[in-house]
Amino acid sequence: MSAFTTPILNYSLLLPILIVLGGALIGVMLEAFASRKIRPIAQLSITFGTLILALVQVWRIRHQSSLTAAMGSVAIDGASILAQGSVLLIAILGVALIADQEHFTALAASLPGSSEERESIQSGEQLTEIYPLTLFAVAGMLLFPASNDLITLFVALEMLSLPLYLMAGLSRRRRLLSQESALKYFLLGAFSSAFFLFGAAYLYGYSGSVSFAGIREAVIGGSGNDVFLLMGIAFLSIGLLFKVGAVPFHAWTPDVYQGAPTPVTAFMAAATKVAAFGAMLRIFYTALANAYWDWRPVMTTIAIITMLFGSFVAIAQRDVKRMLAYSSIAHAGFLLIGVIALNKAGLDASIFYLLAYGVTTIGAFGVVTLVRDSTGEVTDLKRWAGLGKRSPFAATLFAAFLLAFAGIPMTSGFIGKFSIFSAAYESGNHAIVIVGVLSSAIAAYFYIRVIVVMFFNDPVEDGTTVVIPSILTRFAVTTAFAVTIFLGVFPAPVLNFITSTALLLR
Amino acid sequence: MISNLPIYLIALPLFGSAVLLLGGRKTDRWGHIFATLMSAASFGVGAYLLTIMLSKSNSERAITQKLFEWISVGTFKVNAGLLLDQLSICFVLLITGVGTLIHIYSIAYMSHDHDRRRFFAYLNFFIAAMLLLVLGDSYLNLYVGWEGVGLASYLLIGFWNQKPTYATAAKKAFIANRVGDMGLSLAIMIAFATLGTVSFAGVKEHVGQASTGALTAIGIMLLVAATGKSAQFPLQAWLGDAMAGPTPVSALIHAATMVTAGVYLITRSNFIFDAAPTAQLAVAIIGAITLLFGAVIGMAKDDIKKALAASTMSQIGYMILGAGLGPAGYAFAIMHLLTHGFFKAGMFLGAGSVMHGMNDEVNMRRYGGLRKFMPITFATFGLGYLAIIGVPPFAGFYSKDKIIEVAFNTGGIKGITLGSAALLGAAITAFYMTRVVILTFAGAKRWDEKAHPHESPFLMWGPMVLLALGSVSSGFLFTHGDALRNWLAPVVEPVAVHEAEVLSPAIVSILALVLVAIGVGLAIVKYLLSDVPEVAPKDVTVFTRIARRDLLQDQFNEAVFMRPGQALTRGLLTADRSVIDGAVRAIARMAVGSGNILRTTQTGFVRSYAMWIVLGAIGLVAAIWMVTL
Repeated sequence: MSAFTTPILNYSLLLPILIVLGGALIGVMLEAFASRKIRPIAQLSITFGTLILALVQVWRIRHQSSLTAAMGSVAIDGASILAQGSVLLIAILGVALIADQEHFTALAASLPGSSEERESIQSGEQLTEIYPLTLFAVAGMLLFPASNDLITLFVALEMLSLPLYLMAGLSRRRRLLSQESALKYFLLGAFSSAFFLFGAAYLYGYSGSVSFAGIREAVIGGSGNDVFLLMGIAFLSIGLLFKVGAVPFHAWTPDVYQGAPTPVTAFMAAATKVAAFGAMLRIFYTALANAYWDWRPVMTTIAIITMLFGSFVAIAQRDVKRMLAYSSIAHAGFLLIGVIALNKAGLDASIFYLLAYGVTTIGAFGVVTLVRDSTGEVTDLKRWAGLGKRSPFAATLFAAFLLAFAGIPMTSGFIGKFSIFSAAYESGNHAIVIVGVLSSAIAAYFYIRVIVVMFFNDPVEDGTTVVIPSILTRFAVTTAFAVTIFLGVFPAPVLNFITSTALLLR
Repeated sequence: MISNLPIYLIALPLFGSAVLLLGGRKTDRWGHIFATLMSAASFGVGAYLLTIMLSKSNSERAITQKLFEWISVGTFKVNAGLLLDQLSICFVLLITGVGTLIHIYSIAYMSHDHDRRRFFAYLNFFIAAMLLLVLGDSYLNLYVGWEGVGLASYLLIGFWNQKPTYATAAKKAFIANRVGDMGLSLAIMIAFATLGTVSFAGVKEHVGQASTGALTAIGIMLLVAATGKSAQFPLQAWLGDAMAGPTPVSALIHAATMVTAGVYLITRSNFIFDAAPTAQLAVAIIGAITLLFGAVIGMAKDDIKKALAASTMSQIGYMILGAGLGPAGYAFAIMHLLTHGFFKAGMFLGAGSVMHGMNDEVNMRRYGGLRKFMPITFATFGLGYLAIIGVPPFAGFYSKDKIIEVAFNTGGIKGITLGSAALLGAAITAFYMTRVVILTFAGAKRWDEKAHPHESPFLMWGPMVLLALGSVSSGFLFTHGDALRNWLAPVVEPVAVHEAEVLSPAIVSILALVLVAIGVGLAIVKYLLSDVPEVAPKDVTVFTRIARRDLLQDQFNEAVFMRPGQALTRGLLTADRSVIDGAVRAIARMAVGSGNILRTTQTGFVRSYAMWIVLGAIGLVAAIWMVTL
């Protein structure tokens, strides 16, 4: 038995993750010890400070890429740095939305409709556990795309998922719906995690190693038991496809997106996608790259089904949040195209797409938080009629976000779609590009329908108004708007940065 | 750093325009002064850059400024960059100099207009766009400015769009310009397809690699662009109607600067035309046709602004002709452009001044004898008049005679035809300009009782005086020691050897002066020595009638383009509604239908969702197995 050696962790490379975890722990301490009065402002400043500090650290290590930390279980390379930077940027915008406490229940532990709940609302107090929960999730999301072995990957997956399950249940209005969605998310998440773990076990059985490098070597060597490899790929994929909401593992998406408080939906939709696709790109581009004959046809099928299903069902939606949920399913399909491309262009395009999509998503849900009546947010599409006349600011921004989702030129969405399709075309996968373009066309229908409803239908007089956004919400949506347009008009600097930075450690 | 300065030429007026448009009513009080200052500041930068350029040797004067990488798609790379060379500085000073004077003039001219701020915002925007047009270092950058001035022109022609006819005039100008713009974009595309670059330097460098056919195609398309923007035959019909805009706009955009963009484009593309003789000949022919076309229309117009507009068309015809004569003519085309910028802008401002004093009356038959009431306007207009008809030593004499001379000197039937057309044009110009001056300033009073003609305020006549000084002296200054020709030499590379002189300069000048004297004499006999009826006589020859109707240009356009176009549109609309919309609707119904069916899978029960996952897992494993088998 060999002596236990102290692991070398390379703290400086792990700093972004450690900072966020530290911030989360401080948040927990504040929850426990600080007085209720100062908690909201203290939590908010800690959260923002932590995220910005972490972002600065990511920027600092951007050139020290292609290293591993924590004994090879965390890869710090261009791809992980870009994914971490995107997650942090999106988290900053997401927290700006979360800061509007109007969306969250006063006392999460109280039963809906109970006297306890009434009292807590009347007292005007507000629990602030959402902030540390967000930070824990962010830490998981930072680790997930950087994980370089299956164990770390699983730990990161749970680390990002568990806080999200809770956060989904914290809605102030329609609490039963919110709690139901949280429970569904948790049950299905646990279910898919089991698949994931099962797949990890198979891959270990195949290669005798949990590290991606080890699996890669085993695949190249080709000496292992193929049944284990195939089962491993299939089950591991299920766990990841569940997180990104690909068909047929998407069923939770509409319910959770609708039930969760909208700021949480925004954060979850945007940041989870970045983290999960970051991890997926790493696994498929490194560990399983040489087994692509085995997984590519299946993933292609899933991408096609996902794009078409998301686009078609979104047409039939009458609720803005559910529509955006199906739209996110369709976008997961587009992103899978980038995974399947399996070339450098595909990696670059996927990362750009993730950043662009994430920011636009935050902006779109940010606008949704502003459209309210006396009972809270209005998400029924019919009642958005004529919004363009009543609130041109919000409607114009929302229209811009929808156009970006649809991939109209001059928006980031166009550049994202264009680069991801051209990467796939380059890799010789012409069929999927055709399906992708067709589903974009279908998807454009329901995005533009919302614009028509907002601008060309007469307003309905039912008290639906656009509230004046708080400074932070305004910051989030206008920043998202600016980034969406900037990436559409001047994509070159960002694209070049991604192209020169994005590398995957093999 | 000198190479960082050119962008400020554009940025200053653009900033002014943005402040005025975004600031809204808050800037009403000082907006016009701010805009004028921005234009003047841009002129200041231009003048400073000129002094810098003068201090260097002629081959090192060009300043390039790279702004940013604009487009990078595959092998197609375009930098947004500026090129300030000997040719563009001429334009920069003309645009900002005349532009600033017209800003000053407009402060007084537009003082009663509610929307004066918007007017100045558009003027500033125009200055910025026009500067981008002449400063862009590639055809694509030029194209941005080209479209920008088109937009500014549209907005300003339709500035008083409460009158439907004015709005229509704006639309007409815009559409005619779009036809030309199509030519420019095609030229850019052909250039990229054959040469792989669209920058001026790149095209010039690679021009030898392209076939003559391709270069001719590029040249013809550039000519189409020029005919649209510069109101040349056959896209000339919009310029007369464009006079619906406020008079300062007519002076700046539709006389001095924007309409000369076509001449700039052709001169800038000299390397293409020099390698494509057919296209070059086409340019000269278009110029000759238009100079006669405009002159003939000018004889029949009673509206002072439309008469001047016809004259502008004709004078630009001279410039295009000059540019079409190749290396020998470029410098004179530009010289005529600059001198014309002075005298025509001055005369338009004079016309504005007359209208200002006459309750916005534009019909010259309702003027008469105004010289006593508006002495300064008369004097400045008169100097411009002497310049345009080419009396020595005024500006037009130098520039126009040179073009006529070069036309003759190209030799052969070509030279005689083009030269004769240019000479004839000079005679007609003398006739119709004399007519304008007599009808307006001489003879008996024919105006309304309500009109109280008076001289305009200083802010208006000040700029007119300065422009008149330009009309007097600029020709001499430009030709003295071949100053402008030598200055432009690095850009247009004049032929070193003199071509055979068919007619000596003296003979050309004498011929031209004799013809001008005949034209002036005829006009004096017809309009000064006999009574001018207040209503245009009806019993005139068929030629006069056709000339009054702009040589039937509108009728032609309507019969050949508009009506067939409308019929085609209607046909397409029907096809679109029945065939294409029908197909689209059917697909949409299918999409909605399948969406409605698929959404039923979303039952809301977590158990069924879990079942989907299980089924998916089974499917996934099965599929992977099947692939590997």
